[in-house]
Amino acid sequence: MFVAVYYDVGFRSEPKGRTGFAHLFEHLMFQGSATLEKGMHDSLVTGNGGILNGSTRNDFTNYFDMMPSNALEIALFLEADRMRAVRLTSENLQNQVDVVKEEILVNVKNQPYGGFPWLYLPMALFTTFPNAHDAYGDFADLDAATLEDAADFFDRYYPPSNAVLAIAGEVDPDDAAAIIERHFGSIEERPAPPPVDASEPVPSAERRVVHPDPNAPQPAVAIAYRVPDPIAEFDDYCAAVLLSSILIDGEASRLYQRLVKTGRLASHVSGDVGLVAGTFEVRGPSMLHLAAWYPGTPDPDRILAAIDEEVSRVADGVDAEELDRFRSSYIADYLGSVDALSQRGMLIAAFEQQRANAELINEIPSALARVQADDVARMARAWLQPHSRAVLDVHPGANA
Amino acid sequence: MSIAAAIPSVGKARPLKVPPVTDRTLRNGLRVIAVKRSSVPRAELRLRIPAGLIYDTGDGARARLLPDTMLAGTRDRSSVEIARELQRLGASLAASADDDDLIVHAGVLAQNLKPLLALVAETLTQPAFAADEVTVARDRIAQEIIIRRSQPSAIASDALDARVYGRHRYGRGLPTPEAVRRIGAGPLRTYHAQHIAPRGSSLVIVGDVSPEKAADLAEEMLVPWRVKTTAASPAKPPAPPTGLPVLIVDRPGAVQTNIRMAGRWKKRGAPDFYALAMAHNVFGGYFSSRLVKNIREDKGYTYSPGSAIDHRRLCSTFIVAADVGTDVTGPSLLEIRYELGRMTLLPVSQEELDAGRRYLAGVTMLSTQTQSGLASYIDSITAAGLGIDYLRDFRANLEKVTPDDVLRVAAEYLSPRNLLTVMVGDVSAIKRSVEALEPVEVTTAL
Repeated sequence: MFVAVYYDVGFRSEPKGRTGFAHLFEHLMFQGSATLEKGMHDSLVTGNGGILNGSTRNDFTNYFDMMPSNALEIALFLEADRMRAVRLTSENLQNQVDVVKEEILVNVKNQPYGGFPWLYLPMALFTTFPNAHDAYGDFADLDAATLEDAADFFDRYYPPSNAVLAIAGEVDPDDAAAIIERHFGSIEERPAPPPVDASEPVPSAERRVVHPDPNAPQPAVAIAYRVPDPIAEFDDYCAAVLLSSILIDGEASRLYQRLVKTGRLASHVSGDVGLVAGTFEVRGPSMLHLAAWYPGTPDPDRILAAIDEEVSRVADGVDAEELDRFRSSYIADYLGSVDALSQRGMLIAAFEQQRANAELINEIPSALARVQADDVARMARAWLQPHSRAVLDVHPGANA
Repeated sequence: MSIAAAIPSVGKARPLKVPPVTDRTLRNGLRVIAVKRSSVPRAELRLRIPAGLIYDTGDGARARLLPDTMLAGTRDRSSVEIARELQRLGASLAASADDDDLIVHAGVLAQNLKPLLALVAETLTQPAFAADEVTVARDRIAQEIIIRRSQPSAIASDALDARVYGRHRYGRGLPTPEAVRRIGAGPLRTYHAQHIAPRGSSLVIVGDVSPEKAADLAEEMLVPWRVKTTAASPAKPPAPPTGLPVLIVDRPGAVQTNIRMAGRWKKRGAPDFYALAMAHNVFGGYFSSRLVKNIREDKGYTYSPGSAIDHRRLCSTFIVAADVGTDVTGPSLLEIRYELGRMTLLPVSQEELDAGRRYLAGVTMLSTQTQSGLASYIDSITAAGLGIDYLRDFRANLEKVTPDDVLRVAAEYLSPRNLLTVMVGDVSAIKRSVEALEPVEVTTAL
């Protein structure tokens, strides 16, 4: 049984001068509530045979508990309890600032290719603060966080009106509804914050950023292009997803064959449509991104030239048989992913929050089935132009 | 209302439903284990062949290259044709090698299980090892090894293996990039002929297919795979040494220190294994464990500290890991040793023990809820020589463990003097504080 609470607040909601605050605040939500001491939430989940975690993404912050189904009420009680009143103390704040800094050190600053490309690529593609700031947070901003900031953040972004609760698993929906009412029904009503406007124009000239990585042993390059809006232009977005598959997904893909197999320009390529939140769990501007790792000295231009050639081939037209293969493979993988209750619960929460359409979880395969070969070629022509992309050029080594 | 009164009670745990298992050994010696799980219209496969790096009597390059090159084309199909066929089947197929085994992982739409098995059989029996495919694979793997060697956690893991296993092949680590680049098709063909054999191998199939039918399909498709191996089984490694100084691998300028400790452990299912599992669990096995509470939630020294068990075919090893800020390296070592010492000298509370075992039983159940999770679980217990009764009896066996049992086994297996310590970090910044606690040996490279 899986319970998730999605709050409609993410990196894109952060104010200037408080980069990383949404994620820091996620940590604070595990530090106790008005009724429960620090550590009790965790031990009530784990000590009853469950696991818990949270994550902060572009457009949401989520909290989830996976527990044996006999523990449903505990999970719901705990989520309601911290939604009602989080416990904020200066000691816990300082402790979690320290923990978050260690998290950034282990994942980014002490790690070759740390944050590549998920953290740094959006910073190259986008220009407005909601999309382009350091989502993990500047250490100075983390140090500057105050209890007052945290209390304001909770008040503004964590009312029930700004949250979606999802349950997946061996649970009777009517029983669950009664338990939800019992625990969440009395939480004080507060208005939801206004939505974030993260829209921004598509680049009119290529943006190139050199990214020195003192830990990296070899160069790498990442490229991002804007794509149609994931919600307002959903059908075209699905076409862009299949375009990315044809270009980058696996050994049969055009760019694997060109860059790795025949051109011997790179040892690895990977890529997708979406942000760190995922492909479909995004609301604002999204992107088609790819990354390639290669030996030698930094020289992304040969790779970019090969990509441009392959993109223009796709833009000239895609074979229906090829599209069908990539689509079948995508849908089979998707079915595999939703075998996990956690993935089911998370997708229905995000889809309900961002699209008021939890049922989309069942409709992704049919939406992909509607994409025609012409749509894929049209996406390549419309969106994958060299002048509208960003290039993140990783320069390795201590002297980078 | 008191807080305790506000916390809802938990209903009785439902018994774990252990699925019926079809377990069959084919005429060619391959063991096939099939289980039905209909949650999605797919099936998951794990084929485990004892052909990992310890079977490579050379530098390990052949064993490391074999999984990638074996799937990269057959007598009748190029690698891209295989990739396209997999797409048509809604399938994935990949292989990897660890120290013990070559493992083929596959997933497929259930209706296409038969053609997928045919493709697997083709790659097992007729790999082409075409020169251009071998070149691409070895460049990719050489690059992966170069990148891996730059990762502090991998450096720490390799240094720890070398310290724990010494001259045994478990201590050897991955081959060098140069060794990988030297291998041509010939040695791969030879290694394949010597080691890729059905006897001693196991195939697990979990999915929306009746287990009898899945086993029948495996039999039909894989019986043509007939090879007799001549490879000798590697010897067991000796017990890890004790009494060695802390080894620091210098990483100048590192902003964190990767602390690792290791010692011997019991194999899954062995006597005292369940008591040990609880000792590890309470000490550092999960978020509510003592180690996490201390050095993360109280002191903020680290993001995700913990302990883990590395189960290998020939032995099991206890590992403590914490990546800590450079400036708190000494204090972190002090706290880790304190928590180990506490496990060694004082009994755990009944409450702690009960919470830990509910956690362990619960996550085991949760991890087997997907086709993929159940397939991997059955594969790992099969590799350990255990049957599905291990899963079925897991909770009951944990429930027998008492605080006295935990103290007895912890006194031996968690005692700091029985563990060896390796660190990767900036020697100039950490040596003095570590030396205040323990003798230190410094190395600049592995």
